[in-house]
Amino acid sequence: MTESLGASLAVNAEETDAAARMRRREARTRLSLAGMAALLIACLLLSVGLGAVAIPPLEALSVLSARLGLGALTDHTPVQETVLWSLRLPRALLGVLVGAALAISGAAMQGLFRNPLADPGLIGVSTGAALAAALVIVLGGAVPFGLGTIPGDLLLPLAAFGGGLVAVALVYRIASHDGRTEVATMLLAGIALNAVAGAAIGVLVFISDDQALRDLNFWLLGSLGGVTWDRLLLVAPLMLGPALLTLALARPLNALLFGETDALHLGIDVEQTKRLVVLLSALAVGSSVALTGVIGFVGLVVPHLVRLTIGPDHRVLLPAALMLGPSLLLLADLLARTLVLPAELPIGILTSCVGGPFFLWLLLRRRGLGIW
Amino acid sequence: MLTAEDLTVIRRQRAIVDRVSLDLSGGTLTGLIGPNGAGKSTLLHLLSGALAPDDGGVMFAGRPLTDWPRAALARRRAVLPQSSDLSFSFRALDVVLMGRAAHAGVSTSDRDTAVAIEALRAMDALHLVERIYPTLSGGERQRIQLARVLAQIWPEETGPNAGAGRVLLLDEPTNTLDLLHQHLALRFARRLADDGVCVLAVLHDPNLAALYADRVVVLDNGRVVADGPVDAVMTETTFDQVFGLRVTVARHPTRGTPQVLPV
Repeated sequence: MTESLGASLAVNAEETDAAARMRRREARTRLSLAGMAALLIACLLLSVGLGAVAIPPLEALSVLSARLGLGALTDHTPVQETVLWSLRLPRALLGVLVGAALAISGAAMQGLFRNPLADPGLIGVSTGAALAAALVIVLGGAVPFGLGTIPGDLLLPLAAFGGGLVAVALVYRIASHDGRTEVATMLLAGIALNAVAGAAIGVLVFISDDQALRDLNFWLLGSLGGVTWDRLLLVAPLMLGPALLTLALARPLNALLFGETDALHLGIDVEQTKRLVVLLSALAVGSSVALTGVIGFVGLVVPHLVRLTIGPDHRVLLPAALMLGPSLLLLADLLARTLVLPAELPIGILTSCVGGPFFLWLLLRRRGLGIW
Repeated sequence: MLTAEDLTVIRRQRAIVDRVSLDLSGGTLTGLIGPNGAGKSTLLHLLSGALAPDDGGVMFAGRPLTDWPRAALARRRAVLPQSSDLSFSFRALDVVLMGRAAHAGVSTSDRDTAVAIEALRAMDALHLVERIYPTLSGGERQRIQLARVLAQIWPEETGPNAGAGRVLLLDEPTNTLDLLHQHLALRFARRLADDGVCVLAVLHDPNLAALYADRVVVLDNGRVVADGPVDAVMTETTFDQVFGLRVTVARHPTRGTPQVLPV
């Protein structure tokens, strides 16, 4: 081996060729990432610009600059300023945060389960949150433990957030034994818990009056509407923090795709990785659901779109999901609030409407190949 | 280098691995053979630390395996699993580079790429470098997996003893490989052993073990029933008793090693 290793580590034609191809691939990846960043900016501009009051990009910048104390850049109207600052900007930023949280959690969850069909809801966070929200909406004032003293508009997100975390904790607890967590058990426990919570929601729907039913329905289908700066700034760290921390799990997640035993042999702390993925996803998705209700398909579809364009490596998949998720959610929200003016569609209808068929197309395209 | 003492695994009141003690030293290639269900893979899982024994323990370089920091262990010890199902569309090079995961921060990415390419070349798989792993054939995938574990413990420098302190555990490395690549893979494992690496390979073909191993361990019903140099272990009695197969042991015409021929 002495001669072989000595000679072979020297630079040679094949090696430079392979290295050059790898560099070309990296360049393409960087280009794709830049494209996604550009798309996100375009979606933001569209999202704050379009609606009953049009606000072109220059005027939008002008409002921002005025608000930040740098003076207006152009003649924007007071109406534009109010609409942008109080309505569209917090709404758009919420869309960015929620899209990022759902997409990156979905990507991490698919890595954890080594299954491209996983989505953040699988570990019970969405249904847990939905059940808690339904309890608050339907049972209304009749809440126990003196929780009634919390104002109604705060009680709902708090309950949803708590419900989501409780559900995940339960699923995780069931799947953990002797300091190890069995991913397959976690998946099945999540399915069982989702079914039970779904049944409970069904009972609540059955006993609810018309107004509660409308509220419940709207919440279960999700909406970015009605957010205030106060609430946005309160919850933003809870979504953004876990989403950004998930980026650091790229390497362990890559290794996990080879299976837990292989990941262990590659030097990865498998149990810690599982714990972190579950915790970070529960926090990010739980706080998203608390503010917007249940928005389906973003966490499932975005990672797939990214894998189609730049491959399965989590070191690029995760940051790309972080940019593509918000773009898609902003576009969906734009349609939700402009399609049936002056009314507003629940955003979950749109994401499922687009996400479902897209997913089917994906399945048909990949059918028989067995690869993701 | 890698020492197992009294390893025991009990499942449903039956000992799958029964008080197995082994001392594997650097610079040797040990072939582990035995009938189906003898406990070979379970023993490998115990030696790699993927499975905790019900009794007994494993020491690596004088330290209990469980005391080793993960990354440090992974830089010195690689394990080839019996099967690895990766259904995400990584390229072959990415798969091999995964073997360098524990070297992040210790090695440079240029060095990692160079090592990955060398490992691919060693397994005659350099032409597959840009191919999508799940689209490869079974044997091609096996060569990529072999390259991955080789890259993981690739010696830092060249020269005799460059591989000292490293361990390579291979579970059926020749599985799905064609004739040429079976020999290529084991020839390379032999070369690593000559450079000081401690290699243990679960093998199904005793003739391959005879050609490349220094030492053969025969496992039956979870117990070591024979352990020693190839010539001492590869006898007609061993195969009759352990596999229930009547054989005649001939000599390889040019290499002189024993070769088993069914009667």
